[in-house]
Amino acid sequence: MSVQLKCEKAVLGYDNNVVSEQIDFSVSRGDYLCVLGENGAGKSTLMKTLLGLTPLMGGSITFCGDMAQNEIGYLPQQTQVQRDFPASVREIVQSGCLNRCGLRPFYNREEKEMARSAMEKLGITDLAKSCYRELSGGQQQRVLLARALCATRKMLLLDEPVTGLDPKAAREMYELTAKLNREEQVTILMISHDINAITYATHILQIGKTQQFFGTKDEYLKSRIGQAFLCNFGEEGSSDVGTL
Amino acid sequence: MSELFNTLSYYFTYPFVRYAMIVGLLIALCSSLLGVTLVLKRFSFIGDGLSHVAFGAMAVAAVVGVTNNMLIILPVTVISAILLLRSGQNTKIKGDAAVAMISVGALAIGYLLINLFSKSANIAGDVCSTLFGSTSILTLTVSEVWLCIGISAVVIAVFLLFYNKIFAVTFDENFSKATGIRANAYNLMIAVITALIIVLAMNLVGSLLISALIIFPALSAMRVFKSFRSVIICSAVISVFCAALGIILSILFSTPVGSTIVAADIVVFFVFSLIGRIKS
Ligand SMILES: Nc1ncnc2c1ncn2[C@@H]1O[C@H](COP(=O)(O)OP(=O)(O)O)[C@@H](O)[C@H]1O
Ligand SMILES: [Mg+2]
Repeated sequence: MSVQLKCEKAVLGYDNNVVSEQIDFSVSRGDYLCVLGENGAGKSTLMKTLLGLTPLMGGSITFCGDMAQNEIGYLPQQTQVQRDFPASVREIVQSGCLNRCGLRPFYNREEKEMARSAMEKLGITDLAKSCYRELSGGQQQRVLLARALCATRKMLLLDEPVTGLDPKAAREMYELTAKLNREEQVTILMISHDINAITYATHILQIGKTQQFFGTKDEYLKSRIGQAFLCNFGEEGSSDVGTL
Repeated sequence: MSELFNTLSYYFTYPFVRYAMIVGLLIALCSSLLGVTLVLKRFSFIGDGLSHVAFGAMAVAAVVGVTNNMLIILPVTVISAILLLRSGQNTKIKGDAAVAMISVGALAIGYLLINLFSKSANIAGDVCSTLFGSTSILTLTVSEVWLCIGISAVVIAVFLLFYNKIFAVTFDENFSKATGIRANAYNLMIAVITALIIVLAMNLVGSLLISALIIFPALSAMRVFKSFRSVIICSAVISVFCAALGIILSILFSTPVGSTIVAADIVVFFVFSLIGRIKS
């Protein structure tokens, strides 16, 4: 297993306000890491820091082997895309290929083919000409996932990808990412509150003011902190605990 | 009807009318290309602020008495564009307040300077024509026409070359940044081109009406079309059409050019809103 990403004693935050510190974990090719933590714990901040959108306040983040920072596909928590933005599905998916273009002004055949195959994988081929803003939440997430796939085949960061989706769309979203992880060896880092997300994970990272847990899923489920997490869901009456 | 047509063809024998037409159509085309991006990025306010800065710069140019006032207006507006964009990005200083401050300030200082130093007998008329572009489009010299053609060519070329990048940065800036697109550089480029267009458009519609020229065609196209490309093409067509119509009508009925064009844009906007309503 080749290590792709190493995070050592990282301090996360914005302009001198520390949100979370002592973050220590590493991710290898083909891993499926689920990031847990309360609201405001700094999960999104962690992703933005990994992507280089927010500066790291301390410690280090290293990309190893053939992995580079700008080779991460990203599905933001809330796309600040305005509701009135006119864009077709194909235009959006293709824009994921842009980092391959360099200064070339137009997409070449290979890039168009990549976009086509990404849409096919996510089952949105027949939506190619549709208007993004008129799609359902689940379809929109698939479009953004297809775009992220165009940007990379190595690592995807998904920030609460099922928020606002109905249970069926949410399950489909989880299955899609699991399939990408299994069949294409795409490394997945996913933030989720949802117990279903853990079903597919290989590793768990839980953060708060400091890091609370990092290890494999099995270790997590046996640990005290993992038990506490499961208990919460038990109290809320989730029937999915049994599937773990 | 044929009488109107005769009048029109009579006017078009004059070179200055033909110049006005060429320049008008080019400006309309350029402003509509970027209009979509500016509206979507919520940058319309920058356009408005810059047009006031350009007015202030023009006043300074008039007072200093340079022969080619573009030499002052162009750099001042471009630099302001860069500064405004930076303040707009900085969420700590309220971006819109900074823009409002600069734009109103430039307007006031500009008017003050003209009043204090202008040797012209008709100050009110001068100010009015700078603000509303009443006649300047009909007094273009050949060199001004060439300057306009040159700048338009640059704007159109940059837009075509960077079309995909402009789309990506407009649609989702964070994603572009994360995948290694230099979004800030493209934002800067968009701001500089906006400044160029505004300086150009001052001749056509005057500084107060520029925003209308930039925004209305984009908003109209967005009512009806659903993909980025079709919106851009449609807004270019609308803008050029309205500019042509506005210039012709203003010649025939001797109305002010700028307001006539903007009026045409507004009518088209309502028509397209209606079409969009019916379609959905
Ligand atoms: N752009 C920002 N500037 C300053 N503080 C921020 C910014 N974004 C988030 N924060 C703060 O950082 C903390 C962690 O936020 P976030 O990483 O979004 O949490 P979550 O784990 O829910 O995703 C919150 O207290 C939030 O208020
Ligand atoms: Mg978050």
